[in-house]
Amino acid sequence: MLNINFLLKSAALTGIISGLVLTSSYSLAAKGADPILSKVMINQLEIRDIKGEDNDSDIETVLEGQVWIGKDLNKFWLKLDSEYINKDEYETELQLLYSKAIAPYWDLQIGARSDIGPDGSDNGAVLGLQGLAPYYFETDMAVFISEEGDVAARVSLEYELLFSQKLILTPEITLDAFAQDNDETGMGSGLASSDIGLRLRYEIIKEFAPYIGISQNNLYGKTHSYAKTTGLDSESTQWVVGIRAWF
Amino acid sequence: MKHSIINQAASPLSRRKFVLGASAIAAISTLPISRALASGNWASANTITQIPQTLTGKVFDLNIGYNKVNFTGKEVITTTLNGGVPGPILRWKEGERVTLRVTNNLSEDTSIHWHGLILPSNMDGVPGLSYDGIKPGETFVYQFDIQQSGTYWYHSHSGYQEQTGLYGAIVIEPKEKDPYEFDRDYVIQLSDWSDEDPDDIYAKLKKMGDYYNGNERTVGDLWQDIKQNGISNTWSIRSMWNRMRMSDRDISDVSGATYTFLMNGQTPDTGWKGLFKKGEKVRLRFINASAMTFFDVRIPGLKMTVIASDGQNVEPVTVDDIRLGVAETYDVIVEPIDDSAYSIFAQAIDRSGYARGSLTPDLNISAPVPAMDALPILTHADMGMDMSNMSGMDHSKMGGMDKPKMDGMDHSKMGHGKMMMPAMPTASETFGSGKLGFGSKQEIVHGKNEFGPHIDARAAAPQFRLDDPGIGLRDHHKMGRKVLTYADLFNLHPTQDLREPSREVVLHLTGNMSRYMWSINGIPYADADPLKFNFGERIRITFVNDTMMNHPMHLHGMWSELETGDGKRLPRKHTIIVQPGAKISYLVTADAKGTWAYHCHLLFHMAGMFREVHVS
Repeated sequence: MLNINFLLKSAALTGIISGLVLTSSYSLAAKGADPILSKVMINQLEIRDIKGEDNDSDIETVLEGQVWIGKDLNKFWLKLDSEYINKDEYETELQLLYSKAIAPYWDLQIGARSDIGPDGSDNGAVLGLQGLAPYYFETDMAVFISEEGDVAARVSLEYELLFSQKLILTPEITLDAFAQDNDETGMGSGLASSDIGLRLRYEIIKEFAPYIGISQNNLYGKTHSYAKTTGLDSESTQWVVGIRAWF
Repeated sequence: MKHSIINQAASPLSRRKFVLGASAIAAISTLPISRALASGNWASANTITQIPQTLTGKVFDLNIGYNKVNFTGKEVITTTLNGGVPGPILRWKEGERVTLRVTNNLSEDTSIHWHGLILPSNMDGVPGLSYDGIKPGETFVYQFDIQQSGTYWYHSHSGYQEQTGLYGAIVIEPKEKDPYEFDRDYVIQLSDWSDEDPDDIYAKLKKMGDYYNGNERTVGDLWQDIKQNGISNTWSIRSMWNRMRMSDRDISDVSGATYTFLMNGQTPDTGWKGLFKKGEKVRLRFINASAMTFFDVRIPGLKMTVIASDGQNVEPVTVDDIRLGVAETYDVIVEPIDDSAYSIFAQAIDRSGYARGSLTPDLNISAPVPAMDALPILTHADMGMDMSNMSGMDHSKMGGMDKPKMDGMDHSKMGHGKMMMPAMPTASETFGSGKLGFGSKQEIVHGKNEFGPHIDARAAAPQFRLDDPGIGLRDHHKMGRKVLTYADLFNLHPTQDLREPSREVVLHLTGNMSRYMWSINGIPYADADPLKFNFGERIRITFVNDTMMNHPMHLHGMWSELETGDGKRLPRKHTIIVQPGAKISYLVTADAKGTWAYHCHLLFHMAGMFREVHVS
């Protein structure tokens, strides 16, 4: 189950830190130039048709989204990544972060993460860097430390290719790595998995775009071996259809 | 999407407001528009899109209230002056004392600033600086002596009311005989209208800096570049922009995607019309009363003789195109030779739309609408890069990269040979000599506040570019079109204060486009100390534009005497465009005591890119 206590504590701590920073006299703007705003981003709300190596087929619903609230240089971020097949097979990752701008295109993010599944939840701390890398790569990098002391890392890169002002192709890649083997989670040390996606969206308005795409998931190294021994797919290719929206 | 302020008569009006310069925190108006309507605060039930009326005399009553307008096919309620958008044209006489009773029938504070007028600081109309603003239900009486003549304008200095319709033209007849003769006299007031709540526009820009940019580079553009220039040249150009995470298509923050561009309150569909008879001389008083839009004005088939800039007479110069920065004014005289209609065409700098009208011998005839010019593309010079470092590069190929818009760089093809570029000695190199009329020779350094997450660029080698027509206009000479530049402007009258400046102030225009933060010297207004001018001193201001946007800088209360190359004939302006990556100098005589506003006149830059000036 969701560890409410842990999340609440994390949220409170993040709130106190952020409150201090937001109201500190160093704040570079006030008086209208820098109002408190919020943005809700549904980056992926999609249905995936999963075909594993054994050609079985499942429909997976995915919601990947982010919310921020705050001022120009200091914000709270909520990151949600939820995958749902049925009530016995789902996984939700929730991050609550305080985000501070440290460079023109980069925000440093600190906070808590909770992974929620049918078997309960795992909690941990997050240290991340999010922003726009040279050559316009949307980048999200983070290190995670679980309550048990397990260390994990993730890098996500996304690029946009405009065929027109409205028709946009988005290649993206996410790599997950771990510092140790974990029998429970089935994750092995080293590079564990990659997600490569290609989505073609049409922006009906800037805020709303349906898309189609393909997503390829691969497991590597010990993680791959774990999957083999437990009979899980070590690679899958998924057709996806979904919407991207923000407001 | 959120509601518009204006169109939902039944929905509660809840807008975050900022009152520039006010020490008070943002006032939150929760009074529903419907209540304003119920209390009879608006002028008439009829939708108004008529041409502004002209008021003359010495005593004027201006009523600010709500009224319906329809510029887009959708009827909306907005802030109006005497019921209209724009407000009435005020005609004054130099030497007279005018009284203006401004009544606020809105449910929030308002104000009127007399843009370009020389007057006491308590009459300047900036809430928090000149006075407290005008509260709902109150009437404020402005009274001042008119010490100048020419074309000016007025607008609200509260919140975003300038965007929602509170602006109008001022024409001041000279005491002495006008140096130029003309048979007809028209105000041509350009503005940008949006049905969107300006607070929503600002929020969208904060969430997505290029929200309104409808011309970002596509795969097709890349393919064109590769076809024209080969892969390696394309790579070298693209990689520079991409490394910097800057868009060379970043021309206007807000565009025709939301704006309908107006000429005297008329949409492009309707078009304003002015009558003439063949052989007459027609004076056109162009005013850019936009919130965010630069306009490039031309009248196909007619030359325009520029006779005044920002209301002040200049030596006449005949041109085909004029760029008007936000808040600038230019007076021109045209002499239609044929008995046919001429199009007055004002295209937005990013070519996302236009305002238009007709000079016509017959009100039943409209002139054909000309095509817009090519989309401007920013160049290295617009980034303030040092071109001399590029001497090893093949400029003829570079010129082709973004052909034809990058010809500012293509030295071999430059027809007029006057472009201000380093490593290319020209007569204009005398700019920056420090001599009276030629601008500062101070070395440009970037202060420590110019580094950090709030700043995305610094001009490495900003140049004086007075004779640079600016992005999108640099190739017009090839089409035989002369574009007015600041280097063409000389005062018709001698400079009154011939003293050398006793000191210089260098101000950097700074920001972060993607975070949509704007500042001066890296410090937003909220955190900035006032600029102190000593009463009577002669100061040289030098602006360095570290951003990739044009910024129209407006000093209240005192003239900005632009150094265009002749210290004895400095043109007097109130608003000066600082081109991207460029620097520019002007002289100010601090002859007006009090507290004044000094800011970028782009409405959504103003809150950050703003300084108080204290003259004592």
